[in-house]
Amino acid sequence: MTDVVSPVSGIPKTKSGRRDIGIKRRYAAERRFRTYGIAALSFGIIFLMVLLWSVVSKGYTAFQQTMITIPVEFSEQIIDPQNERATNPQKLLTANYPVVARNSLAKALGVSVDDRTKIRAVGQLLSDGVRTQLRDMVVANPAIIGTTQNVALLAAGDIDSAFKGQINLSVAEENRKVSDLQVTWMNQLAETGVLAKHFNTGIFVNGASSRPEAAGVGVALIGSFYMMMIVLVLSLPIGVAASIYLEEFAPKNKFTDLIEVNINNLAAVPSIVYGLLGLAVFVNFMGLPRSASLVGGLVLTLMTLPTIIIATRAALKAVPPSIRAAALGLGASKMQTIFHHVLPLAMPGILTGTIIGLAHALGETAPLLLIGMVAFVANYPTTPLDPSTALPVQIYMWANEAERAFVERTSGAIIILLLFLIVMNVGAILLRRRFERRW
Amino acid sequence: MNMMSEAAVEKALDQKMNDASYKMIGKDVSVYYGEKRALFDVNLNVRENTVTALIGPSGCGKSTFLRCLNRMNDTIENCRVTGRITLDTDDIYDQNIDVVELRARVGMVFQKPNPFPKSIYENISYGPRIHGLARNKADMDQIVEASLQRAGLWTEVKDRLHESGTGLSGGQQQRLCIARAVAVSPEVILMDEPCSALDPIATAKVEELIHELRANYTIVIVTHSMQQAARVSQRTAMFHLGQLVEENDTDKMFTNPDDQRTQDYIMGRFG
Repeated sequence: MTDVVSPVSGIPKTKSGRRDIGIKRRYAAERRFRTYGIAALSFGIIFLMVLLWSVVSKGYTAFQQTMITIPVEFSEQIIDPQNERATNPQKLLTANYPVVARNSLAKALGVSVDDRTKIRAVGQLLSDGVRTQLRDMVVANPAIIGTTQNVALLAAGDIDSAFKGQINLSVAEENRKVSDLQVTWMNQLAETGVLAKHFNTGIFVNGASSRPEAAGVGVALIGSFYMMMIVLVLSLPIGVAASIYLEEFAPKNKFTDLIEVNINNLAAVPSIVYGLLGLAVFVNFMGLPRSASLVGGLVLTLMTLPTIIIATRAALKAVPPSIRAAALGLGASKMQTIFHHVLPLAMPGILTGTIIGLAHALGETAPLLLIGMVAFVANYPTTPLDPSTALPVQIYMWANEAERAFVERTSGAIIILLLFLIVMNVGAILLRRRFERRW
Repeated sequence: MNMMSEAAVEKALDQKMNDASYKMIGKDVSVYYGEKRALFDVNLNVRENTVTALIGPSGCGKSTFLRCLNRMNDTIENCRVTGRITLDTDDIYDQNIDVVELRARVGMVFQKPNPFPKSIYENISYGPRIHGLARNKADMDQIVEASLQRAGLWTEVKDRLHESGTGLSGGQQQRLCIARAVAVSPEVILMDEPCSALDPIATAKVEELIHELRANYTIVIVTHSMQQAARVSQRTAMFHLGQLVEENDTDKMFTNPDDQRTQDYIMGRFG
């Protein structure tokens, strides 16, 4: 059993007489390596879980909104006391709708309209957003003036937060945003089902608002959509054409080498630099409007191009040369070879690269800040030249807001963004499966 | 019907081979890959309706010469060909010769079966389509069937023409590639070690096919197998270190070669 030490090399010999080349050590190293791998993987999974849990647990409440459903009395005395709406349509736009809502709520709570302190507290239960809510109803149908309609009114952001349990009610009354009286009312209304949580469609369709309960990512979604379309329409053909030329047609010389190195470097340029470039070229030099999704799309196109070019070239390179030889040998021209055979085979790789580039662009914030897309935009942009924001920029702006209710909305918007990214990545996988061909 | 016995056909073909002028003539063909010279002034003529085998050790330039015959070397960067190669009377390196047309006249079958990852039908129909050989669908169907018949593949695949060509076995794939080359009605078919990736049974089938194709086409085949060269070819050319050592009737080449190096190579003394 004792190891014999070889007189020549000094390496111990095993029983079989062969030199001990450390088989045990090799297996140990392999086990160690596997352990490291599993540890690294678990680490990553834990962080992913923590991230998702934190975002989802904070954000899921953003998809519910507290509403107060009461019969609203569209009193002619408040809306149009002098009965001049026939001659002056402006009257309906400027009428004091919050008072209409407040008085109706006071009636539901049994508070006298003349009790000035209490009536103010009642008014604070409702969002300022009821102004536009009721105005839109009246403007659309002036006949409802003088009638009473059941309306689900937006609750104020603080009431929304309090009802969702996000405001600590054990804090002294003067140090919190909702008074004890308001909490009592809130609970009273909740018991009868007048005040309840509803699915929040507002977060998807509303534009910017300083009132969290009325704020939504509607404008940001449209802005992001415009930008994605611009990026797709510009970067896919330009990127694919550039890659085909570089990969298949361009002579290999110092100049093309230089271009190749530069494309690889461009992919690593920090995105904020692209923002500065876009500001200088598109906004200041070419005079395109600030905050426009067209400029955002152009900047993101510049940023996405290197990614698409690199992915496409890799996909073209991966097509076996035997396929090219086969087509050329049959008398296909170079163009025919590429467009009939090489490109279809490279398609899954190209599409994957494009969608990953697009997903990257969708989540990009820094360059958009520089071209002025951090804007308070309440109205939908009708063209890509109108001011707009983008999803990640909206998240950035909401994260800077002070109101408690914006915290959940920030996380809610992150969930929406992540969902879009997941959809795009699933799309990439499906397209790859769909187009994949074996050879 | 004039039914000739097989022997009579053979005899007629041999007669034609000896009578015919050369189908392709290579004169002082040299090939350079950048600075490196791969072929040294090769003078080799290809006879019509003949199978010409190119043999020699690896790296001797036989594949390079083969690829000169349909200008596949053009696709290699830095590759330069000098000398003169004619197909019938046309100088194939002439400015006026269109390489696309040349490759339609001189087809090629590669070492590894390389069907397109498309259906069997599309594999065959691609060449005729880009060269405009079929006027309508019926024409195309007929070309596809005739090509597959010629390649001896028709009975095996006629029920699955629209299945992928890559789903066939290796030998079938190679015969599909031959059918694909035949479909554009070339005059010459170049084969670069067509059986090196095949098992002996598939090899036998391809060899038999080459034998039959000889009636209609001029074939140049590169092979590493002496037996194969002896079995399928009528003329054999031996390359060594970029030079043509000897070109002769296959029978003579394998029994009584003129050059000592040929003798050595065939006997397996080097290579």
